[in-house]
Amino acid sequence: MSLGAPLVCWLEECRKDSVPLVGGKCSSLGELINAGVRVPPGFALTTEGYRRFIAEAGIGREIAAMLERLDTDDLEALGKASASIRARIEEQPFSAELEDLVAERYRKLAVRCCMPAVPVAVRSSATAEDLPDASFAGQQDTFLWIRGVDEVLHHMRRCISSLYADRALAYRARRGVGDDRLAISVGVQKMAKAYTAGVMFTLHPANGDRSVIVIDASFGFGESVVSGEVTPDHFVVNKVTLDIIDRTISQKEICYTVDSRTQTSRATEVPLERQRIQSLLDDEITQLAWMGKRIEQHYGRPMDIEWAVDKDLAAGGNIFILQARPETVWSARQPAATSLPGTAMDYILTNMLAGKRLS
Amino acid sequence: MKFPDPHEVKAQAIPGTEGWERMYPYQYQFVTDDPVRARYEKETFWFNDGLHYPEPLYPFDTIWDEAWYLALSQYNNRIFMVPPVRGVDHRVINGYVYISPVPVKDPEEIGKRVPHFMERAGFYFKNWDALEARWKVKMEATIRELEALRIPTLAEMEDLRVVTDAIGESQGYHLLKNYDDLINLGLKCWQYHFEFLNLGYAAYVFFLDFMQKQFPSMPTQRVTQMISGIDVIMYRPDEELKKLARLAVESKIDGLFAGDADWASLEAALRKEPRARAWLDALETSRQPWFNVSTGTGWFHHDRSWNDQMSVPLTGIRTYIGKIKQGASIERPTQKVRAERDRITAEYRGLLPDDATRKQFDELLGTAKTVFPYVENHLFYVEHWFHSLFWNKVREVGAILKEHGVIADVEDVWLLRRDEIKSALWDVVTAWATGVTPRGTQTWPREIAWRKGVMQKFKEWSAPPAIGTAPEVIQEPFTIVLWGVTNKSLADWAAVQGAKEGARTSELKGFAGSPGVVEGRARVCKTVAEVSQLQEGEILVAPTTSPSWAPAFAKIKACVTDVGGVMSHAAIVCREYGLPAVVGTGHATKIIRTGMQLRVDGSTGVIAIVDEAAAAPEAPPLRAAAGGGRRAT
Repeated sequence: MSLGAPLVCWLEECRKDSVPLVGGKCSSLGELINAGVRVPPGFALTTEGYRRFIAEAGIGREIAAMLERLDTDDLEALGKASASIRARIEEQPFSAELEDLVAERYRKLAVRCCMPAVPVAVRSSATAEDLPDASFAGQQDTFLWIRGVDEVLHHMRRCISSLYADRALAYRARRGVGDDRLAISVGVQKMAKAYTAGVMFTLHPANGDRSVIVIDASFGFGESVVSGEVTPDHFVVNKVTLDIIDRTISQKEICYTVDSRTQTSRATEVPLERQRIQSLLDDEITQLAWMGKRIEQHYGRPMDIEWAVDKDLAAGGNIFILQARPETVWSARQPAATSLPGTAMDYILTNMLAGKRLS
Repeated sequence: MKFPDPHEVKAQAIPGTEGWERMYPYQYQFVTDDPVRARYEKETFWFNDGLHYPEPLYPFDTIWDEAWYLALSQYNNRIFMVPPVRGVDHRVINGYVYISPVPVKDPEEIGKRVPHFMERAGFYFKNWDALEARWKVKMEATIRELEALRIPTLAEMEDLRVVTDAIGESQGYHLLKNYDDLINLGLKCWQYHFEFLNLGYAAYVFFLDFMQKQFPSMPTQRVTQMISGIDVIMYRPDEELKKLARLAVESKIDGLFAGDADWASLEAALRKEPRARAWLDALETSRQPWFNVSTGTGWFHHDRSWNDQMSVPLTGIRTYIGKIKQGASIERPTQKVRAERDRITAEYRGLLPDDATRKQFDELLGTAKTVFPYVENHLFYVEHWFHSLFWNKVREVGAILKEHGVIADVEDVWLLRRDEIKSALWDVVTAWATGVTPRGTQTWPREIAWRKGVMQKFKEWSAPPAIGTAPEVIQEPFTIVLWGVTNKSLADWAAVQGAKEGARTSELKGFAGSPGVVEGRARVCKTVAEVSQLQEGEILVAPTTSPSWAPAFAKIKACVTDVGGVMSHAAIVCREYGLPAVVGTGHATKIIRTGMQLRVDGSTGVIAIVDEAAAAPEAPPLRAAAGGGRRAT
């Protein structure tokens, strides 16, 4: 245990190089915040916190012993081992010190959001920096709409235990990854109560045009857009000048909202009179595109971004970036081999001879 | 894509216009009695040149169409040997001009033309600035020649000098000869007009093409913005008005400009005012040549110049005096425009994938910037300065025809073809020499009365945007850039064809001319004379604009035009002033009425009629505007 490494930290304290401490997801969120992008506030239990938890629980050896006996090719045995390890982890209490630290952050987060028992998302943030296949654990476990510190602690343990999910165990066995280097961080982030949400690409997904930002938006949580359950409103924004150069307003029949009783998101019908209304204001589109541009500049490559407009907050400060990852389709593609003769005269001739094809 | 058969369109003659073909050159006709030509015409794609001719052509005004029919074609096909295209063919139906680029079909011939093109066009691109300087000299000499050209009147008795100087030529002979000279000067001027234009447009078109291949969603206006902020003389007439406005305020004579006195009485008042002497001198300097700017495009005889119509520059001067008195700036925000241009250029350049592409970009942008001033400046020399003087010389010819009873009014001269005027002059001159009555005194007035009726009917006809058979490939640069013939426009044209006559809409589409979104009150100005009614902050809706409309742009919030592309005057000026513009809507002045509340989106090219309630009540009400892009909260 290195001295001084924090057990918990705010997302804004995370940076690109914080991956060993807070995992990929949280460090990426911290990176966005520090790039001036608005991200729902939150904090993380660090890998240091995770190690402390395991050490204080004193179950490290016990787990190792259980795994040692395990025949990873026997799926049934694997499942059983996974279940009992996870149960062991989840029944361990946090020490008073860790519990206080998490409770303190959660309380401060609630104050920041002006919401007692602020609903949060609790998700694992893997430290898979040495593995090319980041989904190694298969355990990007995410628990939504969690309220109250006890619930938060409980779901933190569930995230930690997900390290020992059967698929994760099988995967590590197949890849020969030792368990000794394992660590996990858990992020706790305010749930964005999305009035409108969606995705944004910092290039045109249809033609790879890097001079535009394309935004798909629909009412409610982004699930409806990501899953393709609705045809979202579609906006094309000029990346250089941030003006909206094309828009298609669709009929958005359903949206996902939070069920206040069960605290889960569910699909509901959008009132007919709202279905054909633009789901994002022009100013919001511009603001969002500006953020997209910042994110792309920060990462130096085209990005695929999830975002939401939060109902709980006032206009002007309510657009949030939930997730940003590198765009992969066009970025992987080699540019078409166009012959560029160099001089203007040659270009004119070549292209004049080709003509403009009309269909 | 299906377009009407040209011969069928023509066959549906407008009753009462039968025989209209004689008003135009015979080679402009779609024909059915020549099977080879008829088949060519049927299989060719013709589009209405609404850019230049929103209205039917007067027989005399056809001169400029003939002039460019020749000049554009010869430079493409016989001088620069543009490999895949010959010239642009012309036809006329009911006074509307239809044009079509003629391709070189044989690949072997295209190949043979390539080295010639590279040598010849290459020479011009390489020596552009030096050759352009020579062009200016040639062009100014031609204009001086035109100014010096005399249209002699026919005297009862020739001057004694004819005898004592043993001249041996009569004024009658000189009238015939000078009329020929006048026409020939016009044709020569148009020879020069195209000397650089084809290549200039090619450079521009292919820069555009390059950018849109790199960035398929890039709006054309953003490409043109990269070559904005370059000083062109198109702004000069407007700058002269600003100068005169400033001088009026400095000389403390601006009080005299108050009210709405016409130019004649204002001038009289200024002449009596000693403090106005410097101002009047400055005015004289400004007028030559800058007030030769036309109040229209210059293509038509009815486009009078500022010099002909002093009320127009006077309105501009009054606007600027008003602005100065309010303490507002009347400068174009050139620095801002240039800074934004440079920012945009750098950002787009930064998005290009590699060094080779960036090098190509630099080359093409450099060439586009080199050609840009000519592409703009030739307009002032040819369409404005030369044409304004030319129309007035033809009016002098008209005055002679009138004096000899061949036409009833000077302005009737436009209803004759240029070769008919020559014939009528022969008639007049021989009758004058002989001492008898010209035959034309009986024939022309009747014919002209009939032609006036025909022109009226032509104006009411709605010309199909395209006829014939659409090609698979278009290579002619003008066709693409100037008339915007693309897949999209063809589809739009086909759609227009399908739309019902007189159908009402709450939304109009045009080309995105200059970015930005504003909402405001519409002011429809059909001519520049109506610009004086413009109120501060209104949205100007005009058939098209030209440099003489410039002062209007200091007052308005946005501009909408019927005709023009992203390189049209309205689009360029709006970009310079940072105002939104939607151009080439086709029929905005017919649908929008003064007082309507509009939302103009210069980034997408869409105009929404938000509220029509306050509009002038002459037309039937429109359908309710569709729900706008606003979220109900």
